[in-house]
Amino acid sequence: MTRALVVDDSRAMRSILTRILSSLGMEVVEAEDGQSALAKLQQFPPFDVALVDWHMPGMTGLELISDMHRQPKWRSMAIMMVTTESDQSQIVRALNAGAHEYLVKPFTADAVAEKLLLLGVKFSKGNGSESTMGGNN
Amino acid sequence: MTLAPKDVSYVRELVFDRSAIVLGEDKQYLVESRITMLARDLGLGSAEEVIARLKRDGDRTLEERVIEAMTTNETSWFRDVHPFNALKSVIIPEAMERNAAKRSLAIWSAACSTGQELYSVAMMLDSDFPELSSWKLDLVGTDISRKAVEKAQSGLFTGLEINRGLPATMLVRYFVRDGSGYRIRDDIRNKVRFGVLNLIEPWPPMPLFDVILLRNVLIYFDMDTRRRILGLAKQQLVQGGVLILGGAESVLSLVDGFVPVTIGTTTVYHKDKENV
Ligand SMILES: C[S@@+](CC[C@H](N)C(=O)[O-])C[C@H]1O[C@@H](n2cnc3c(N)ncnc32)[C@H](O)[C@@H]1O
Repeated sequence: MTRALVVDDSRAMRSILTRILSSLGMEVVEAEDGQSALAKLQQFPPFDVALVDWHMPGMTGLELISDMHRQPKWRSMAIMMVTTESDQSQIVRALNAGAHEYLVKPFTADAVAEKLLLLGVKFSKGNGSESTMGGNN
Repeated sequence: MTLAPKDVSYVRELVFDRSAIVLGEDKQYLVESRITMLARDLGLGSAEEVIARLKRDGDRTLEERVIEAMTTNETSWFRDVHPFNALKSVIIPEAMERNAAKRSLAIWSAACSTGQELYSVAMMLDSDFPELSSWKLDLVGTDISRKAVEKAQSGLFTGLEINRGLPATMLVRYFVRDGSGYRIRDDIRNKVRFGVLNLIEPWPPMPLFDVILLRNVLIYFDMDTRRRILGLAKQQLVQGGVLILGGAESVLSLVDGFVPVTIGTTTVYHKDKENV
């Protein structure tokens, strides 16, 4: 089963992401800040993907990503920044720090799945690819 | 806000007649909500009023708006990813080899919706095939929906749309900030052209294409229409040209003269055997 780490200080945002990822058949662990994310990375078996918020109390998402990126054992983990920061200069900073993808809040569930596909992270399609085609009905 | 069943049937028949889109019996709610939205856009009181006018005037512009309102323009950048990997790894390199002498390449996104599909191709060609910069590229996008085509032409996308499958590196490289959204860079926009085309009406003169993307549109049509459009698409391809369909679509059992070729996890269709 694909395993995801969701790092965000907002409980509401964590639960939105957890719901989306679970519906894609993934196992999700949540962390409410950078420190606890690092602890969970040590404590749990490797994650396939981490979704990381930018602005959090204490360590920023950017610092967390740099830290994660420096650890060889976490190298194979895909890292996606999920944040309200939408300026291209910020996106460049995140990519330089080691993020592989970037998702701007607000986003739809489809957008999360599409980014995972770009990252090559495996998931099950839920109610099928048709679900993105059915339109607003 | 319930429309009379005969009004729903009227819309359903009109839409089928003009666009071949099949709206099943279960689409009552879809018809109601879309026509109600259109009524609001047009400053008309209600969905009933839209339909009354349709029946009364035979107003082509209003008909067009109704059909447009009933299309589903759902799309995303690099949709499904794999077909674009197939383009990059095999289909484009093969077409370039074939066209090395004339140095031109023509690609058509038929039913392009708001343009993400064609722009994805244009960005990929720019980033992965720099040698094409001296080639003549003809990148064409068409759709029945005028509104979708105008949006494609504008090259302007909201944050929500940008989030849908656009790689971050491409957002950084090929877009500029515009208000709360992003606009595709002019050099990419100038590489593509968009126009309105109803696939069930006679096609205007177009070049023969090396690649046709006909994705996630056949699903709206009945078998006869699918067969007819696939036949026309085949004629619009160069010898050895490639047809790419949506994930849930296939030409098999519908028309002859296409050979399925699997590239990675994507199946595409080559025109004629000798080019496999
Ligand atoms: C779901 S979108 C697919 C967009 C894109 N090809 C993709 O795969 O993401 C379907 C498009 O088909 C268009 N369409 C429906 N009937 C059509 C027709 N008769 N002629 C041309 N386009 C049509 C709709 O307007 C809509 O934009």
